[in-house]
Amino acid sequence: MNNATPLLQLSSIGKQFGGLGALSDVSLHIRRGEIYGLIGPNGAGKTTLFNVITGLYQANAGEFQFDGNSYRACKPHVLAQAGIARTFQNIRLFANLTALENVMIGRHLRGRAGVFGALLHNLATRNEERAIARRAHELLHYVGIDKPGQTLAKHLSYGEQRRLEIARALATDPLLLALDEPAAGMNATETESLKTLLQTIRASGITVLLIEHDVKLIMGLCDRVAVLDYGRKIAEGIPEEVRNDPAVIAAYLGGGDD
Amino acid sequence: MEIFLQQIINGLVQGSVYALVALGYTMVYGILGLINFAHGEVVMVGAMLALSALTAMLGWGAPPLLALPISLILAMLGCMVLGYGIERIAYRPLRHAPRLAPLITAIGVSIVLQNLAMMIWGRQYHAFPQLVANQPHLIGGAIINDIQIIIFILALAIMAGLIVVVHRTRLGRAMRAVAENQHAAQLMGVDINRVISITFMLGSALAAIAGVMVSANYGLAHYYMGFLLGLKAFTAAVLGGIGNLRGAMLGGLLLGLIESLGAGYIGDMTGGFLGSHYQDVFAFFVLIAVLVFRPSGLLGERIAERA
Repeated sequence: MNNATPLLQLSSIGKQFGGLGALSDVSLHIRRGEIYGLIGPNGAGKTTLFNVITGLYQANAGEFQFDGNSYRACKPHVLAQAGIARTFQNIRLFANLTALENVMIGRHLRGRAGVFGALLHNLATRNEERAIARRAHELLHYVGIDKPGQTLAKHLSYGEQRRLEIARALATDPLLLALDEPAAGMNATETESLKTLLQTIRASGITVLLIEHDVKLIMGLCDRVAVLDYGRKIAEGIPEEVRNDPAVIAAYLGGGDD
Repeated sequence: MEIFLQQIINGLVQGSVYALVALGYTMVYGILGLINFAHGEVVMVGAMLALSALTAMLGWGAPPLLALPISLILAMLGCMVLGYGIERIAYRPLRHAPRLAPLITAIGVSIVLQNLAMMIWGRQYHAFPQLVANQPHLIGGAIINDIQIIIFILALAIMAGLIVVVHRTRLGRAMRAVAENQHAAQLMGVDINRVISITFMLGSALAAIAGVMVSANYGLAHYYMGFLLGLKAFTAAVLGGIGNLRGAMLGGLLLGLIESLGAGYIGDMTGGFLGSHYQDVFAFFVLIAVLVFRPSGLLGERIAERA
């Protein structure tokens, strides 16, 4: 794939819930290998946009291109297959599965063994399971979870659960890792180590899309930032530009023309 | 004492059949939160298909010991197609409908299947051919015959196999993930429709085996046989904690024992006033008691943990 084409290109995405417009005419592109930030006041449509990109919602208008292919109405598992992985604002782990199993689920779509493999439990299936488990162990270590893999996800600390979500997303071998407020509820130390982790992930060649309320984290980490307000993109650029953009200041502080 | 031992044996054999059917209810409930009331009918269809296949093959002069496994496999395949079709036609379009809608559809499917079976196979009882040389064995004064031994051991082996599939394989992990959170599972690349279809097919294959077991044990098959069996297996699933695989197994065996012991002693206890034909009352007495005193079942988790 040509490195000059953007990894993700949104063209005039619109999304309505009933008569309520959550997104209108949002266009943006994310380049390969960058950390792209998406900010905006509460209710600006950040998570809605995320859900459109990951296939949980279908856009009413516009389309997007990912890695050279066009998508409009697509099931989440198809987009996962294409290379988009995400985490949630409110953690959605499989609470009653172990930490290791949570990550192994992420390897699901890269696995091959079908029903008959599962029923017969043949050699190929067992080898594949072993390889998946090994990779899952590596990923747990990679995101910095030291507890044994057999710990149930619900028994991990909050920060660990966030990291586990990232490990699970990484297990799908994504091209684009989309993180919905990964620092929410984290203390300063945890946020700092999250920042290091995200930089490591980017250095490994994975493009990162980040929604965050923590403006300091966004400004310190992202290559480029887009700002949403009332479902529209009001600014885009490198962090310094965006920080000084009058429309952005108005959106965050109120006031402006009305 | 002989009566006691005999009833224990009968109860375990009957209970292992309940357990196989209960697993079908509980797997579907665990994943979809839906009670598939048509499941008992799948058991019946399994028995009928096996009966037809068996009769045909014996008619062609096939050796009985070959015909039995082949007709069992044919019945399983037929029921898997049926289970897939039921989910696809009757439940999938209602996946996001209010919970009452698919429940009513399930009852509709059940009636349709019963009537179809009646049209195909007729209203009469069919004799299920006795193919295994059914030797009775004497254990401490109680009798257990070959078919009962085969049923019990086969059922236990299948249950163990199912536990392995669900807890040790990629498919099972996907099933558990879908049961916990469909959205998140989808985002991890799990095709939830596929997992749900496979769940229905697995449950239906178990139902087919159970159907053949019941028919072989009693030597009878009938278009209406799935109804009561289905209700009892549902009771077993509730007793064990619906949605919980081990619960369905435990519930099935326990219900078999309760029924069998109840039937064995009810005559003595009531001084001959009530006879063993009141056996069916026990299952539903258990159902009511569980719903009143422990709605989450023996091994079920509290609802709060699911939220």
